[in-house]
Amino acid sequence: MSENLLEVKNLKEYFPINTGFLRTTPLKAVDDVSFTIGRGETLGLVGESGCGKSTVGRTILHLYKPTAGQVIFDGKLVGPDTIKEYRRRAQIVFQDPYSSLNPRLTVADIVGEPLDVNKLYKSKKERSERILELLGTVGISSEQMTRYAHEFSGGQRQRIGIARALASRPEFIVCDEPVSALDVSIQAQVINMFEDLQRQFGLSYLFIAHDLSVVKHISNRIAVMYLGHIVEIAEANELYHHAVHPYTISLLSAVPVPDPERARASQRIVLEGDVPSPLHMPSGCPFRTRCSRATDKCAESCPQLAEVAPGHMAACHNL
Amino acid sequence: MEKTVKKNPLSFQIDPNLFQRASDEEKAQIVTQRESVSFMRDAMRRLVHNRMAMVCLVILVVITLVAIIVPMVYPYTYTQQDVTAKYLSPFEYSAKEQARIAAGQKVFPHIMGTDNLGRDYAIRVIYGTRISLMVGFISALIVVFIGILYGAVSGYFGGKVDLIMMRIVDIIYSLPDVLIVILLSVAIKDVISTSKSDLIVRLGAGMISIFIVFGLLYWVGMARQVRGQILSIKEQEYVLASKAAGASAMHIILKHMIPNCISVIIITAAMQIPSAIFTESFLSFVGMGVSIPMPSLGSLASDARSGLVSYPYMLLFPALTIFLIVLSFNLLGNGLRDAFDPKLRS
Repeated sequence: MSENLLEVKNLKEYFPINTGFLRTTPLKAVDDVSFTIGRGETLGLVGESGCGKSTVGRTILHLYKPTAGQVIFDGKLVGPDTIKEYRRRAQIVFQDPYSSLNPRLTVADIVGEPLDVNKLYKSKKERSERILELLGTVGISSEQMTRYAHEFSGGQRQRIGIARALASRPEFIVCDEPVSALDVSIQAQVINMFEDLQRQFGLSYLFIAHDLSVVKHISNRIAVMYLGHIVEIAEANELYHHAVHPYTISLLSAVPVPDPERARASQRIVLEGDVPSPLHMPSGCPFRTRCSRATDKCAESCPQLAEVAPGHMAACHNL
Repeated sequence: MEKTVKKNPLSFQIDPNLFQRASDEEKAQIVTQRESVSFMRDAMRRLVHNRMAMVCLVILVVITLVAIIVPMVYPYTYTQQDVTAKYLSPFEYSAKEQARIAAGQKVFPHIMGTDNLGRDYAIRVIYGTRISLMVGFISALIVVFIGILYGAVSGYFGGKVDLIMMRIVDIIYSLPDVLIVILLSVAIKDVISTSKSDLIVRLGAGMISIFIVFGLLYWVGMARQVRGQILSIKEQEYVLASKAAGASAMHIILKHMIPNCISVIIITAAMQIPSAIFTESFLSFVGMGVSIPMPSLGSLASDARSGLVSYPYMLLFPALTIFLIVLSFNLLGNGLRDAFDPKLRS
């Protein structure tokens, strides 16, 4: 038993993009990302749209073949011989509750699919009992199990997606923006469910989101991504109160505060310009084109993650 | 808890004491939801409400049943000749038959008259319909089978596999249809007519060659449609979820992709049937279809040309049947498209 459930080392995911006749340019969606997730821990992953958050989640699960790098799960390197077991023990919950459920299958069959694929039952009876149990866990009643996905609301669909992820009794779940498609009252309900399930089954999460308040609430640690790189990673509270990376600071300043007095007092740091295209990455530090502190050194070399406080790492030359 | 409410004797209101409190069980029953509707049932409901499509469906069912049942019970066969009864008009009797009627015997009327060899024309038209429908359905089956398999593999694996497979489709697609059909059917007919296999003898080399031609040429449209669908379904997250659960490519294709293509498959197949029937009629018309004496709607129409002025009904019956079948299939296909894919309706 190793201490960390999941260890990601130098993960890279490049997508070939056709840029001309028979010519491709790699799109560096994820470039050299490393982190660990402990047992029962939740790692939040934040960043703006298109920074590679979802790609990290999917590449960890080997839904996309990693271009380079290693994923070590429970002390074992994930490869062709361990993938089958890994698929059972690591699952995913998707963002869009509308495209993540097959419209031609009943809820019972959707939730039962991981059981069918991994042959996790001995009899039909055992299968239906397990499906009922799973649906009960997420609060879908037994009479609804023969219905189709389109007959449910967004929140219910997301819960069905969670039940499917739980079916094979996984230890690790990638939550790929599981609440951003839901309205706020339902978000709270689904997030509380994630927390209850974590306590109940001892799950570890990689919780991907772009809503910082949601991530702060659920995560033990938070990693901040920018253009395929992790720029800062720390304990949730540490990151909120002592962020050091200029990108994290500006991101935090953009979180709306539900108090007009304090909101007026706080200063918002507005970033200049747009995110550079991942096809034409800036040299050196990826953030230098929009960074107020950028110097010549930033254009020359890409900063590596370095410890600024115990358990708090940041990648910046000018700290 | 029970409270009796006093009713004003002058009031017209219903006596509140006649009401009973609902038990929790009864309340739960009220909440019981409506029946769950699957995609198929929903589409069928829409189809049934489409009057045009239903009329066409009824016409097709009637034609099919007639083509299957009538040859079994009809007193004449399609090869039976009677030289004394040539070129009879509908419901006309030959001199010999009139003599038999006079003698008190029952003679079944020639509903559509007889042809140049004195064969009953009605049974020939019905038999021809049978052949045409058979060609339509079997070639649709072949097209569905090859098209789904090819399209699914090409779309699912993508990349270089897709590139090569789709270029082959493009090549076949760009060939002039009619020319290839004629060339192939002549060539194949020559090759297989030497065979003494029971199946070929029974169906005739012409029929078999038509099936092979359809198998070789007409699956490309279906393959393209299926591939297009699969490409869009591949991006859906439920496919990724299935992959994350450890499902094999086979499982994903069979369980997720093909069921979600079913509407496109049904629509394309329904449109394929009339075009196959039409091509078969055309081939038989130019004399490259089924072998004599087996009739087909095309060869009947072709034979009728020679006596067009004197015996116009001989062209009318087969032409009318082709018209009805092809029109009905096309309208039914439109109805199916509207029912299965309401977004496409213009």
